[in-house]
Parts: sequence; structure tokens; C-alpha cells
Amino acid sequence: MDLAALRLSLLLATLTTLALLVIGLLLAHWLTTTRRRWKILVEAVVALPLVLPPTVLGFYLLVSFGPHSPLGRAFVKVTGHTLAFSFEGLLLASILYSLPFAVQPFAAALARVDRRLVEASYTLGESRLRTFWRVSLPLSLPGVVAGAVLTFAHTLGEFGVVLMVGGNVPGSTRTLSISIFDAVEQLDYAAAGRTSLFLLAVSFAVLVLTYALQRRSLLGG
Amino acid sequence: MRPLRLLVLSALLFPPFAARPEGQRTLTVAVAANLKPAFEELAARFQAKNPGLEVKATYGASGNFFAQLSNGAPFDLFLSADADFPAKVVKQGLADGPAFTYVYGKLVVWVPKASTLDLDGKGLAALADPSVQKIAIANPEVAPYGRAAKAALEKAGIFEKLKARIVEGQSVSQAAQFVESGNAQAGFVPLSLAKVPPLSEEGRFWLVPPATHPRIEQAGVVLKGSKEAALAHALATFLTSEAARDVLERFGYDLPAR
Repeated sequence: MDLAALRLSLLLATLTTLALLVIGLLLAHWLTTTRRRWKILVEAVVALPLVLPPTVLGFYLLVSFGPHSPLGRAFVKVTGHTLAFSFEGLLLASILYSLPFAVQPFAAALARVDRRLVEASYTLGESRLRTFWRVSLPLSLPGVVAGAVLTFAHTLGEFGVVLMVGGNVPGSTRTLSISIFDAVEQLDYAAAGRTSLFLLAVSFAVLVLTYALQRRSLLGG
Repeated sequence: MRPLRLLVLSALLFPPFAARPEGQRTLTVAVAANLKPAFEELAARFQAKNPGLEVKATYGASGNFFAQLSNGAPFDLFLSADADFPAKVVKQGLADGPAFTYVYGKLVVWVPKASTLDLDGKGLAALADPSVQKIAIANPEVAPYGRAAKAALEKAGIFEKLKARIVEGQSVSQAAQFVESGNAQAGFVPLSLAKVPPLSEEGRFWLVPPATHPRIEQAGVVLKGSKEAALAHALATFLTSEAARDVLERFGYDLPAR
């Protein structure tokens, strides 16, 4: 098995999950508490990666990563290299691409938290932040963990976007799924088989874990 | 009457399911990405000579096609960017007849107009300039032009030095797209792609000396499973005809001796 690719995919999935724990929880909290009407627009944007093919995201990223775009130019100015073909570029792409896999379970879990408990906390003089940290978050933990696990697994299996903006650089953009694709194209079925079996086992374990957590969350809530 | 009406209606709504007009025939061709500009013109000419025929081309990396063919992909004709893959097709017993060489390809380095690289003066060594952060090539494992690019860099003694800057496209088209979009600053592409828009309008190219890499002999082969074997052979013959040779030469290829 391609160990460099495995290490890279695990690192990418871990960082994406950590980033989405922060961004996703903020977004989910806002979505479950806001009364603004245009919240549906934000919900739709968050869900877009579920509907769009990875090629659409890959195409937009390739164009916006390049020096022809303000974002690409700014990034080159700051870091000295382009976003495309870099690990940072893949991380940004993965965060966008896995957004619904984090935000939707987070928001569902937060919405199930008993509103009376939150209000009781407010009447006892606790701040919004402390209430979120001490009441809402612990009560929705199974859903949050499920979202994090799904994000991790989804990033591990990401393929289309990486193929379009990665450039197949060993150690920085050749992920596990690209390594499998390469092995198949080179008719190295033994290597492709080993890596595929590994991904299959990990994905299965992740889904079993997610369903187990969801069951607990349902029984508990 | 009802089921009949329904049938007529669905045939109107979904014409693909309706019977195909008589005499409509299709040739499915796997074409190396470098040949795209030339093949579009050649296919149009061949169709004009054979009314009722549709030539359906799929463009990609030769190695990808070979992997697909080994697994029974239903192509009638395979036009590779090298001679090795067609030879392997013949060896595997998947070919109908021998492989034939149709052109010799030329490799160029393409840079955007704004680039200041002195390729004419310094040759490939110009790529070591710090302004070149990424160099796009086609995946050497599956794309013959990528293999040639790697060989040329090795011959120039700068492959190890530039290795970290190389990004691989899945085919020469993707390599071209990486550099055309500005994400890479230089790219190894076939002359045939550099000579036509958008590359011809947005940048300049430098011919990699043919002596620095193995000759890019491009061969094709008719495939055994073809249901249109006679037509596939006719297209193969047409590709090596005088009329086709003129087109191929114009698109930047060297021609095999007659």
C-alpha cells in the first residue's frame, strides 16, 4: 500500500474535521437559533456540495486558485506559491466539499436540545457562550461526533476535486483515492486491491460507529 | 388502443428509444488527447466520405485507454500516443490485424505570453528559474508525452532538481489546462495542442530537441471486438492516406516514410 498517500489522506481528513468542528458548530448554532428569513439561503449554500458533482467545485477552484483571480493572487503574495497543487489548496477544497456532512448533523443535534434547559441556564445568569459550552454542546454530543466522523470519512474518500486541482504530487496531493486510481490505470490490480480493501474496512467501521451513535442519541433524546 | 398510444407517445418523447434510422452506423474511437485538434478535422472528412456514419471519439491518456481496453472497453479503433500500448494490445490478442504507425509526435514547452523565461537561449535549463514554481507534465506512467518530457528533463540533468515542482495531469490536455489556467508557469505539451487555440493565442512554445527524448512514435490498432471492422480498417487506411497526411503535417506532426 502507498503509505505516503495513506499518511496524507489521514492528515487531510483530520485537519478538515478539526476545521469543520469549529466552522460547522458556529454555523449550525447560528442556523438553529436565528430567526432571519434568509437563513434558508445559507442552508441551501451549505447543502450545495451534496448536489453538485465534484467537477463543478473542482472547476471553480482551479479557476479561482490561479493567478487570474484576486483570491489566487492574494494567496501567492502571502505564501509565495499557488493554492492549486498544494496541501493547503486541498484542505480548503475539502472543507468546502465536506461542509454539509458536518453542519447538517450538528444542526439536527442542536435543534433537538430542550429549549427549556437553555432558557433555564440563561435565567440563572449564564452567558450565551457558557450555556452553549455547558448545556447545548454536551446534550448534542452524539450528533456532533457523528458529524465529525462522517466528515472524516467523506474527506478520506474524496476523489473528483483532488483529481482536478491536485496535480498528483507525491506527499502533498497524491491522496489514497488518487493512488488507487493510478494503480488501476497502470493495471496494478494487487496494489489497488490492497488499498481499496483498507478504505472499504475503514468506511464500514465509520458507518457502524455513526449509526451506533445516532441510535444512542435518539434513545437519549 | 391505449397501450399503443402510450407507445407512440413515448417514442415521440424519447427518440433515443425509438428505432434508429436505416443506414446509421457508428465508429467508436479511443484517441490520444494530443491528436484531438487534428482528429476532429480528419473525422469530419471521413464522415463526409461515408454518409450515414458517425465517428464518436473519446479523448484521453493512452495508458488509461489501454487499461480500459484490457478490460473489454468496446472501442472499434485505438489511436495511441506511442507504439508500446498498441503493441501490447496486439500481444494480448485484442487486435484485428497489426498495429500501424500514423505520425511521429513533437514535444514542446509552452509558457504564457507574460513569461520571461529564456527558453530559446537556455533551453530546458531555463525551467530552473525561481519564477517557475510548478511545471505541468502528463502522467509519465500513462501518457507517452509525459514519459518523453521526463526523459528530456533527465537528459538535461535537471529532473531531480525540478522534481518537487512537477505536477502531473492525467493526460496532456489536463497538463495544458494546468498551465493555461495559470496554476503552473510552464508545461510540456504536444506541438499539436500548442499550435491551436487557446494555447496558440495565450502563449508561446519552444520545441524540445527531439534528440533529447525517445522518438514519440504514435501507432494505432483496430480492435477485435469491433462490430464495424471493415469501417474501422477503412478509417485506419484513411489516416495514413495522402489527404490525411497533409492534415496531420499541418497540425504539427512528422510523418512516417511511405
